[in-house]
Amino acid sequence: MNEQRKKIHPHKFTLWVAIGSILMMFAGLTSAYIVKRNQASWMMLEIPVLFWYSTITILASSATVYLALQKLKQREMVAYRRWLVITAGLGVLFLVLQIVGFMQFGELDIRLIGAGSNASYSFLLAISGLHGLHVLGGVVALVVIAIRALSTTNRNYSSIPLEIAATYWHFVDILWIYLFIFFNWMK
Amino acid sequence: MSSETITHGHAAVQTAAHAHDEHGHDHHHEESFLTKYIFSTDHKMIGKQFLITGIIWAIIGGLFSVLFRLQLGYPEMTFPFLEDLFGKWAAGGRITNEFYYALVTMHGTILVFFVLTAGLSGTFANILIPLQIGARDMASGFLNMLSYWFFFLASVVMFASLFIQTGPASGGWTIYPPLSALGQASEGSKLGMDFWLISMALFIVSSLLGGLNYISTILNLRTKGMSMTRMPLTMWAIFFTAVLGVLSFPVLLSGAVLLLFDRNLGTSFYLSEIVVKGEILPNEGGSAILFQHLFWFLGHPEVYIILLPAMGMVSEILSVNSRKPIFGYLAMVGSLFAICILAFLVWAHHMFVTGLNPFLGAFFVLLTLLIAVPSAIKVFNWLTTIWRGNIRFTPGMLFAIGFVSLFISGGLTGIFLGNSTLDIHLHDTYFVIAHFHIVMGVASFFGMFAGVYHWFPKMYGRYLNTTMAYIHFWVTFVGSYLIFWPMHYQGLAGMPRRYTDFSNWQSFNQFSDMNRFISTVAMVVFAVQLLFVFNFFYSIFKGRKVTSQNPWGANTLEWTTPINPGHGNWPGDIPEVHRWAYDYGKDGREFIPQTEPVGANESAH
Repeated sequence: MNEQRKKIHPHKFTLWVAIGSILMMFAGLTSAYIVKRNQASWMMLEIPVLFWYSTITILASSATVYLALQKLKQREMVAYRRWLVITAGLGVLFLVLQIVGFMQFGELDIRLIGAGSNASYSFLLAISGLHGLHVLGGVVALVVIAIRALSTTNRNYSSIPLEIAATYWHFVDILWIYLFIFFNWMK
Repeated sequence: MSSETITHGHAAVQTAAHAHDEHGHDHHHEESFLTKYIFSTDHKMIGKQFLITGIIWAIIGGLFSVLFRLQLGYPEMTFPFLEDLFGKWAAGGRITNEFYYALVTMHGTILVFFVLTAGLSGTFANILIPLQIGARDMASGFLNMLSYWFFFLASVVMFASLFIQTGPASGGWTIYPPLSALGQASEGSKLGMDFWLISMALFIVSSLLGGLNYISTILNLRTKGMSMTRMPLTMWAIFFTAVLGVLSFPVLLSGAVLLLFDRNLGTSFYLSEIVVKGEILPNEGGSAILFQHLFWFLGHPEVYIILLPAMGMVSEILSVNSRKPIFGYLAMVGSLFAICILAFLVWAHHMFVTGLNPFLGAFFVLLTLLIAVPSAIKVFNWLTTIWRGNIRFTPGMLFAIGFVSLFISGGLTGIFLGNSTLDIHLHDTYFVIAHFHIVMGVASFFGMFAGVYHWFPKMYGRYLNTTMAYIHFWVTFVGSYLIFWPMHYQGLAGMPRRYTDFSNWQSFNQFSDMNRFISTVAMVVFAVQLLFVFNFFYSIFKGRKVTSQNPWGANTLEWTTPINPGHGNWPGDIPEVHRWAYDYGKDGREFIPQTEPVGANESAH
């Protein structure tokens, strides 16, 4: 007690609590899915191939955000900005792939919503859609950091904003991996 | 100073300069009206914003109960002024069935969420956390401000829903589908229901932002020497409340999102094989019970989100005004923790009669009845805290004692309802109404009133008028029992809730006098609440001024700040804490503040 122990930054801590909270939401949704799966008129899910590509994209973006953080800590600002922009780009690509993936269901004549839709596909849409919104939040955070990094008037070398954004980014990545395995396993 | 970005789910938020840096000087920067009173990041101002918004909602929600009690007490009478006020909703001076349902639904929604969640824990978490743990402000003042403004937005949407043509949501505050999912099923399930869902989504964001902040502030920003076990019980209670909220509100959000899908995108999460007015709906495969699981997974912890802050404040106020240490501090913390865990394991006791597997129900009965153990520990410790104490009957103390009384009375009927077999008879009757109004509604209100009377001097530097306070207490206390006690008899006789008129019902028209009595008392009690509101606003400007820093002779840190603390709370350094908050009547001294070092002849606590 005599020495002030090194504490976690309060904003980082807040993020961890927020992650716990978001996890509860998806735990609620996936358990609802499991409950529903055991009831009548449940359709087997067919996961579009495109989702594999989006999974690879978001995995890659986790690696690039890690590199961006490393470069920032090493003060290699050019490389840092490059990896940061690439990460945000991969995030956008992920969202585009997800949206295109869902549009493919239309071609397969599978209804996600509206009359004739099955709860299994509606779940896929609702859960992936909510995950997408969380990715979008991460993209906005990365873009804000990137704008600040590219600004010439504001020189800021604190790594804490990016550390927090990177932790969140890894989280939405792992969350998607979980959902992806969940959907493939629980079809 | 660095600005930082943190992400939290739905939006990216930037926070500028920390408010909690260890400044050695007072904050004297110029504040405009806008930054001081409207977009304030000062936790004390945000707390007051929550409180006053909560008071406005309480008046609206309370007024609704007076209106439907008017119908229940005087079903045969007509009140032309109602038609003047509400037009078609009270055609011929009688409250229509749709209006009645809208009133009870909004009464529940407003009181449970807007008053007793935001108005109670929003107020006291904000005002008390930094003051009692010794911090300049919350971990993130900006998130805190957002938390209030999301609540404000939620309030605007909910308030707007009261004025739309088809009326607000009216399927009960639990908004069970399929009724709430199908616009063609009732007027209240049309636009009003969408407003309800949007408002609640905003409300959930607000309470999550607040909860995150409360948790990280309590865990990270305590002053030197303030170990977790030296915190006042208010802090423990608010901490557990925030944990409950952060873990359970997202589940309600997921349930609400799926309901929005069903309503607006034609999905079938909750809908299956339904015929409305001769029309066969295409939905199949949905499960209405699924919604109830998602709803009550929040809904039950929500009860404790409402109750725990009241418990914490009552513990503090009882100890201060008995001039005695709290009895069994660690048992109090432990029982809060036990309640917190059990809160997540009992949700299905709201669903005993939904066709729940009786075998499964048995486990929920057991877990539900287990809550009696930590609850009884708390009651025992409250009673032993005031036992042979040197009690000062301040208004705050009276309300705290009233809380204990109501918690006992309402808690006992919980043991009846927690049994799945008794619940077959008692579910959806006035017995349930009596139970949860006493144990959660009125008891939490008493905790809130106790907190307002006790901390008003800290909030505004003035006292509330005590004469009005005593009238407020006695009428409310006696009135609450007179209103809700008779409902137990009605409920045991099987009288169901959510009916507008019992006069043509042979089994229950014997209660018409009782209903009239309840309604009359309800009106008197409501009038006395208006007296409190008058006292509140009058005393902000004209109340007796506080002249000493520590008017109650309390140990906690908030009373070491100036009478009207500025942003940053302490003009100099934040005080260091050397002992727990409950050294009352020790070593011949009436009280020993937390900031006083442990003497040579004392053992550390």
